[in-house]
Amino acid sequence: MINVRFGETTNTPSLVEKLGNMSWGLLALTVIIACIGLGMLYSAADGNLEPWASRQFIRFMVGFLILVAIALVNIRIWMRWAYFLYGVTLVTLFAVETYGFIGMGAQRWISLGWFQIQPSELMKIALILALARYFHRTILEDTRRPVILIAPVLMVMAPTIMVLRQPDLGTAAMLVIGAAAVFFVSGVAIRYFLFAGILAASVIPLAWQFLREYQKERILTFINPEADPLGAGYHILQSKIALGSGGLFGRGFMHGTQSHLNFLPEHQTDFIFTMLAEELGLIGALGLITLYIFLFGYGFAIALRSRNHFGRLLGIGLTTTLFLYVFINIAMVAGLVPVVGVPLPLVSYGGTAMMTVLASLGLLMSIYVHRDEQIGRLRSEGLN
Amino acid sequence: MQQYELVRSKSFSRRVAVLGGMKIFLLSLVGGQLYNLQIRKSDKYRTKADENRINIRLLAPPRGRIFDRWGQPVAQNKQNYRLVLVPEQAGDIMTVLQTLSKTVPLVEADHERIMEEIRHRRSFIPITVREHLSWSQVAEIEFDAPYLPGVSIETGEIRQYPFGATFAHVIGYVGLATTEEITNDPLLQLPGFSVGKNGVEKTYDSELRGRAGNVHVEVNAHGRIIRELDRDEGRAGDDVTLTIDAGIQEYTAARLGAESASAAVLNVKTGECVSIVSTPSFDPNSFIQGLTKRQWGELVNNHRAPLINKAIAGQYPPGSVFKLIVALAALESGLVDHKQRVNCVGHVQLGNRTFHCWRRGGHGSVSMIAAIAQSCVVYFYDLALKIGVERITDAAVRLGLGEVSGFDLPGEQDGLVPTPDWKLANYDEPWQKGETLNTAIGQGYLLVTPLQLAVMTARLVNGGIAVIPHLTKHVGEFGPAPKNLPYTYSEIGLGKESLSIIKRGMEHVVNNTKGTAYKARIEEPRFAMGGKTGTSQVRGISIREREAGVKKNEERPWVERDHALFVGYAPISDPTYAAAVIVEHGGSGSKMAAPMVHDILLEAQKRDPVSRVSLYQRMRRAKKEDQLG
Repeated sequence: MINVRFGETTNTPSLVEKLGNMSWGLLALTVIIACIGLGMLYSAADGNLEPWASRQFIRFMVGFLILVAIALVNIRIWMRWAYFLYGVTLVTLFAVETYGFIGMGAQRWISLGWFQIQPSELMKIALILALARYFHRTILEDTRRPVILIAPVLMVMAPTIMVLRQPDLGTAAMLVIGAAAVFFVSGVAIRYFLFAGILAASVIPLAWQFLREYQKERILTFINPEADPLGAGYHILQSKIALGSGGLFGRGFMHGTQSHLNFLPEHQTDFIFTMLAEELGLIGALGLITLYIFLFGYGFAIALRSRNHFGRLLGIGLTTTLFLYVFINIAMVAGLVPVVGVPLPLVSYGGTAMMTVLASLGLLMSIYVHRDEQIGRLRSEGLN
Repeated sequence: MQQYELVRSKSFSRRVAVLGGMKIFLLSLVGGQLYNLQIRKSDKYRTKADENRINIRLLAPPRGRIFDRWGQPVAQNKQNYRLVLVPEQAGDIMTVLQTLSKTVPLVEADHERIMEEIRHRRSFIPITVREHLSWSQVAEIEFDAPYLPGVSIETGEIRQYPFGATFAHVIGYVGLATTEEITNDPLLQLPGFSVGKNGVEKTYDSELRGRAGNVHVEVNAHGRIIRELDRDEGRAGDDVTLTIDAGIQEYTAARLGAESASAAVLNVKTGECVSIVSTPSFDPNSFIQGLTKRQWGELVNNHRAPLINKAIAGQYPPGSVFKLIVALAALESGLVDHKQRVNCVGHVQLGNRTFHCWRRGGHGSVSMIAAIAQSCVVYFYDLALKIGVERITDAAVRLGLGEVSGFDLPGEQDGLVPTPDWKLANYDEPWQKGETLNTAIGQGYLLVTPLQLAVMTARLVNGGIAVIPHLTKHVGEFGPAPKNLPYTYSEIGLGKESLSIIKRGMEHVVNNTKGTAYKARIEEPRFAMGGKTGTSQVRGISIREREAGVKKNEERPWVERDHALFVGYAPISDPTYAAAVIVEHGGSGSKMAAPMVHDILLEAQKRDPVSRVSLYQRMRRAKKEDQLG
């Protein structure tokens, strides 16, 4: 038995070995879902590759390479850099918030030449990384102690408050719920969740006053979309009409009337699922959801299979983030939750979300590739 | 593996299972909602989706045309060229309008209206720049087309009346529906859709109108038409064929000329109206283009009432024409024989009032036929006193007076045949004998329309068949008979003997040298006519006036002059046409109205296909004889 210090590898497999170690099923699922997305973008442009499908394809290819690159990096290194990544993202988030490039409504970008990054989007990964790192060292008894929870709660609150001020309800919800999942699987006592829930409920009336007018409108519209069918309720109502008119088998690929006649707004981005359900029907919609369930299944399996706690927590956190993308988006277009502007992973047109999702999948893959790595709980402890 | 690792690993797995369960639950909620939307409420949303994307646009069917009895169009549809502009295709609107104004003069107000419409409508909706373009303007614009982006010519249809004023009262005209005229016919929602406002256009409006077509178009969220889904052309309006002969109609209108007069010509056997004219008239085409306020004012304020069809809506005392009815009633009563003579000394005494004959010296001893021919007043006073007013009014009603005839034009008046009961009901006074005498000579309360006189004449000479006047031959190609017409005519219920005596009296009016209309006789025997003159007083002549010597008609102001009436029929051998003419304030019936009827009846007979055929046969016979010879 060799004493290996925290952060060091026992034996380093070659890159080729690592490539062979990847989960081909997860990769195949990723490609299949992305292809469905490209098909819908092709339809959204009335049977043209331009302007969306071709660009989305290039993004996917780039993102896929990033996925593989991330997957090849040792999980220890991700763990070592977790706080740093979180810190940098938090600072950038603060920077765009303070000196930000104010675009349309909720969008704040950092331009890296050909490519733009939304720090709030990156934060979804960075926060999970940081929390996984934090809870990696806590034993079950620790998680029952409130003092231990102060630091991770602050880690969640800092970016959430900034994102809320942007204001971006969807991202804030994803940060909080994604973090909560990590808290939950780390063993934090149920009573703290109940306490947090009650606290949040009592804060809502207060928070309502800080919401911008259009956010209030969105929530009110969600409660009663028919009240203003041509105004704020238009999105939800048109989305429901398009979904409903699809029926069981749909109107046929490229024959969705509501999407093609522009009654359905944003049909290449946030409402692309509606278009899919209109054209391919309930069968197509449930088919895509099933593919996503497989994807989450892989995520869970990878997390459970990992022999290091960091990987397990990270796996569950990332899978939950992916789940939240899918759930919030579909629930939104189906009129179950307010319109909050969350894209459908791998399918909606857009660069940032694509990168975030592929990076998450890359991390998941890294967990899988390095599933047998054993990482000591404490720096001094090493491997046992 | 350390103990804590085992513990937290166990807790981890348990909680992952719970988390997984929650996710499955949430996704099944989503699945349930999708099932709800896409299966359970699918029909509702499918309908909503179609409502979203499918617009129904109405297509106006072409209005049915109206023809005279020989198939000459008297109301038809003309192409209307409309200049439209699609703003989004026009580029610089001002430049385009400037180029257009070379051809189509556009004033400041037009510019303002166009710019206003451009601001308020979506840029792909065509805007009407100008209606009623002439053909040369259309040609010029087509020629300039390369410099006029977004400009196009749309064709529509407007109503046109080739005969103008001649048929104005028969056909009427069309116009925009008023609020009261709005029914649930979808066509009425079309902007600029016209409905019949008067005449045949109104009577047969629903038949002429046709059924709305529609076209389903797919539109996108901005309302732009993407494609046509299906089209229902609707049904064009039915054509209406009149019994009017445009030639006779034109002739009659010309013959009445500038007088304020009206005429009705009927086929006595069928009740078909071959001509019905009221003068002065108006040009219905000007109603289609739009009248100026001044033009409208001139029509409304004219004393000669050009907008009113006096042939059916003008009510006049029938004057001596009514003597025919008195004579008929007397014969039917069995109290009088037509050979019985009455001595006319020029006046008759009733109580303390003296009633005068129109001829000062009197007619001497006259029989019924002579009395009719010479229009002896005293004879008819005598008859009326013998038989009483009830018999007279009964005969009058049987001949079609005092009630609307059922003629298929709107606005027919019913006239008035006064009875003792009527007097009591309306004046609360008993009937006076003097009123019987007034009635006997067609004065007093009596009122008739020219059409009623024509019907009366027809029923007198056709052997007592209760013909009903109408001016529609058929509606649609194999369409139904005119509205309200019975399958067969009944009899009026008066003796044929009596009728033939009256007819002989009418022959004598025109053809006896002593007859009041001898000068208006038709000399060609096969066209010869019979008739009866009438001169009805607009106001009573007072005793003082009579003593001072009655002023000649021409010396009185126009509105106080007598109405001139004449009813006639022809030919005597086989009565076919009946005509009635009333010239308002035209003076004497024999001098003014009888010559008009002479000309009209002669024209009608000459144009009758029966005479045409006979002429043709005679020509062939002549040819054969030539060949034989």
